[in-house]
Amino acid sequence: MANVLVVAEFSEGKLKKTTHSAVTFAQSVAKGTGGSFSILAIGAGAKASSGELAGFGAAKVFIADHASVANYVCERFAPTVVATAKKGFDVVVAAASAYGKDLIPRVAAALGAGYANDISSVKVEGAKLTYRRPMFAGNAYGFCEVTTPIQAVSVRQSEFAPAQPSGSATPVEDIALAPPSAGADRVEFVSFDQVKSERPELAEAGVVVSGGRALKERFKEVLDPLADALGAAVGASRAACDAGYAPSDLQVGQTGKVVAPKLYFAIGISGAIQHLAGMKGSKVIVAINKDAEAPIFQVADYGLVADLFQAVPELVTQIRKAKSA
Amino acid sequence: MKILVPLKRVADPDNANKIKIPAGGAKIDTSGLEWKPNPFDEYAVEAALRLTENGATPKQRGGEAIVVTFGPKETETTLRSALATGADRAIRVDAQDDALDGHLLARALKTLVLREKPDVVLMGKQAVDGDSNQVGQMLAEMLGWPMATFAATIKEEEGALLVGREVDGGVLTLRVKLPAVVTVDLRIVAPTSVYSKQTAPTFKYNDGVRFAALPAIMSAKKKPLVEVKLGDLAADTNLSIKYLSFEPPPARKAGVKVKSVPELVEKLVNEAKVL
Repeated sequence: MANVLVVAEFSEGKLKKTTHSAVTFAQSVAKGTGGSFSILAIGAGAKASSGELAGFGAAKVFIADHASVANYVCERFAPTVVATAKKGFDVVVAAASAYGKDLIPRVAAALGAGYANDISSVKVEGAKLTYRRPMFAGNAYGFCEVTTPIQAVSVRQSEFAPAQPSGSATPVEDIALAPPSAGADRVEFVSFDQVKSERPELAEAGVVVSGGRALKERFKEVLDPLADALGAAVGASRAACDAGYAPSDLQVGQTGKVVAPKLYFAIGISGAIQHLAGMKGSKVIVAINKDAEAPIFQVADYGLVADLFQAVPELVTQIRKAKSA
Repeated sequence: MKILVPLKRVADPDNANKIKIPAGGAKIDTSGLEWKPNPFDEYAVEAALRLTENGATPKQRGGEAIVVTFGPKETETTLRSALATGADRAIRVDAQDDALDGHLLARALKTLVLREKPDVVLMGKQAVDGDSNQVGQMLAEMLGWPMATFAATIKEEEGALLVGREVDGGVLTLRVKLPAVVTVDLRIVAPTSVYSKQTAPTFKYNDGVRFAALPAIMSAKKKPLVEVKLGDLAADTNLSIKYLSFEPPPARKAGVKVKSVPELVEKLVNEAKVL
């Protein structure tokens, strides 16, 4: 029997979809082991999401809604996760987002727990949990066990389908914040410079249109109409981000965002190993590149060798036509 | 400023698709691949050098950068390379790769930090072989230090660092008072990413990491490099993660080349049925 604690994630007071993937993990572990799961929400305004959080079939929803945690600082969040985990939980989980990857390892250290980062699936046999996780930029998968009494895990959002509300009404308990970690008085939140976008979030989009360095300063000009026509999220290669053609937040790859949409367009992307690691799980991959030898064609279902500055506008026109047909 | 940089060597990340997993999946075989410094750690070394100098006069060191790695004797090559680019001294903790995990590394590093008393531990956010992304966070907790992970920018202030972190949706800036743990992301080696107090705010670095000149490679051989036993740093060397087996990723079936945009759209509509 394993009891799982899900750490929810918020952005501007709104529950993030990353949470739903962590809930899916928790549901399957709780079901497979005959245990239960609970959800912990920390943040100013977290209480507003209690209704939604209560609908996933959890045993309990813990809410730590306090003005002092209006902005995320690990040293102020981690102790409350640790204190809650000690109420009889065996596994602590969050999504492998920037938030989860920052928070959960620190929590693990405080709990003396081993931590499996960015897992892609879990196998339940009796009470034993075996995690499968990508390594070497997705060129290998390792099967591992965490051998400490409490286990810490983060889950790859693209590999765990978002949990659907079950209509349950889990009891919600307001909890106090645990005292901040040692060192918390030596860290100060200064600012959050948000990249605003009306487009779907990369990790959640059904279609992703990614561009590479070949787009140069015309990155937005060329890709935005295509993304608009498809209702797609926009992504980018590392080279495009490094060159400043696209914001860093859009980087798809081993250490950036990992996406697995039903349709992925790689436009002017050569297909470095690190980029492939972030998109190889896509159902259908389309590559447009003028270099016929580009490695991206080895993973593409449909490859078009063409000058993207001509092909992409034509593609936009054809897609619009196909969609209205 | 005194900075400790933990450094790992990894099998050539640009050829990671050439790793082999023997039938049965007992291990990952990286033979035939060259050892390279983990890119993120190499960036941490560069950031440490930038923080311990005036960018305009990089040959004058204005602090101390100590590099440490965990591994067999041959990993000293990685340490010597870091010394050649400007690090001041090196420590090799004698250990085998498969006898280490994130939690153990953090425990051992904690002991080393208490001995060396650096102002900052600066390291890559993850090693690109295991992709485990945890040692910095765990070390900060064990030390009771503040941390700033996934740093894209670092600016030194009096007794503190102003760190711009690359997170989902933008850049989150923290001010951490020293001593602190900072883990770095890709953009930390951009021309205007790191400023020590000595470096003029108008100064621009070359993009990327610096390379060692031949004389520096020669003199790096004389820089101090000491060996420490893992057991001296961590009384308990048990692992918290046990790998049972490995498997290659699912293969993608070969795709096709289309000749024109209309053909592409036709296939997406009728064959793949995704439009």
